[in-house]
Amino acid sequence: MHPAYSVIVFTTASGAGYGLVFWLAMLSVLDNLPAERALGIAGFGLAFALIVGGLLSSTVHLGRPERAWRALSQWRTSWLSREGVAAMATFVPFGLFAAGWLLLGQNRGIFGVVALITAAMCVVTVWCTGMIYQSLPTIRGWHQPLVSPVYVALSLATGGALALCLLRMHHHEAEDFGWGMVAILSGALLMKRVYWSFVDEVPERSMTSGDATGLGRFGKVRALEAPHTQANFVMREMGYVVARKHVEKLRTIVQLVGFVLPVVALILSLTIGGVLTLPLQLLALVALACGVLVERWLFFAEAQHVVTLYYGAETA
Amino acid sequence: MTALPPASAKKLGLVIDLDTCVGCQACATSCKEWNTSGYSAPLSDIDPYGADPHGAWLNRVHAYDVGEGATSRTVHFPRSCLHCETPACVTVCPTGASYKRAEDGIVLVNPDTCIGCKLCSWACPYGAREYDYADGVMKKCTLCVDRIYNETLDPQDRVPACVKACPTGARHFGDLGDEDSAVSKLVADRGGYDLLPEMGYKPVNKYLPPRPRRDAATTTVAKPAERVAPPDGSAVERLFAWADKALSR
Repeated sequence: MHPAYSVIVFTTASGAGYGLVFWLAMLSVLDNLPAERALGIAGFGLAFALIVGGLLSSTVHLGRPERAWRALSQWRTSWLSREGVAAMATFVPFGLFAAGWLLLGQNRGIFGVVALITAAMCVVTVWCTGMIYQSLPTIRGWHQPLVSPVYVALSLATGGALALCLLRMHHHEAEDFGWGMVAILSGALLMKRVYWSFVDEVPERSMTSGDATGLGRFGKVRALEAPHTQANFVMREMGYVVARKHVEKLRTIVQLVGFVLPVVALILSLTIGGVLTLPLQLLALVALACGVLVERWLFFAEAQHVVTLYYGAETA
Repeated sequence: MTALPPASAKKLGLVIDLDTCVGCQACATSCKEWNTSGYSAPLSDIDPYGADPHGAWLNRVHAYDVGEGATSRTVHFPRSCLHCETPACVTVCPTGASYKRAEDGIVLVNPDTCIGCKLCSWACPYGAREYDYADGVMKKCTLCVDRIYNETLDPQDRVPACVKACPTGARHFGDLGDEDSAVSKLVADRGGYDLLPEMGYKPVNKYLPPRPRRDAATTTVAKPAERVAPPDGSAVERLFAWADKALSR
């Protein structure tokens, strides 16, 4: 599948934004995080910018962005529509939670309930984003049970790394949360590795061009002549598959830069600490962000669509 | 509304005969000609005279080499929307622009509400939907909905443009929901099949497989023994022998 930069930016940026809101809400309820105005402005401002920036970026790949509002109508059947509805709906508890924090200095009591609703809606929204891909049977690499869980895990990981840096900048120790992030990053890496093992598993019977054309009963089917001289939309959009040797390299980069380096940096920041705490946590954040961007690019680039069988792919 | 309507009794669709299709592309060009000024208008071309020309077409004709060695054969394979009974391209549509008609099962895109998100093209295993880069919306086969019910056309012209254009009669249009229709009988007689039935989309369009080959590669026909009369040395025979020799020189 063609990795569209607008969609990569959308899923990673809004994922990080929802993750950040999730942690601000959960830390308020679970860890008695005080509703300091400066932390609130920084946290909610950054999260809002990431979420709205991501959503706006997602409209860049639309042919008719001015009609984007119509995408909220078909939530009964369409995961893309559900994602849009969930994203819009999340702004309500998010706005109340932010207002309580920034205007009233409150993030517990009734605002604790609002915080929990906000956190749940953030997870629901990111889950819906993952389901857009997971629900498509035409792409085996996406039609896997771990796609949405990985989207949520990476959203919580990137949002958590952001939250950790923000807390540190506002002089909160948040040591337990730091160790929690080590666990979440390790868990996310494990999930992604299991996902890759599912994808790499050769299915009992992969579909062939003989299946796609129904001509397999007469022997091996090979594309002899394409219907057009230049790539058409179908080939431009769905014909992109990254070379296998690059996949291996990029997966290694994702694991080392996106997970191992941040985990090591976080452990060092929590054990050595001192003046190095913030630089190490910022390093973890930057490395994780780079790793997740590569992961998301790869998620598209290594996914093969069934339609490629009509254009010369032997199996899908 | 992207929720699918209850299954319609009428299932309009095409039956494509892979035995007689010669890959002439007449169906594809005729489709482009009709639809670039019809319901799907425009079917834009990008960089048509440049280095990388491409554009939106609703019908594509592939050619495949099938089988090995002397018994292999070339099969021309037209590919367009199959107007599936359970089309995921419709249910994934976030705007309701994609819909399946309750009355005849035709799958259409409303060009006025499509946002061009391309998700429907991801959901289609058959590559039937093409994005119009200039118009910003998705284009697909309409089964020439603006021909088949068009009372300003002569009755014999009320068929899809591709069917009308096919010079070998490889494309048939009709109601596949009606067991007694000509197309349903054709499917029953010739063993018509669905593309990728394992995907579960239940295509309405059917393909007729190529018939078994009948040529030197698959059959050995005994040559009839030539009856040669013994020479009798007559003048006529010698004349023919001379003529044969003279003409063979």
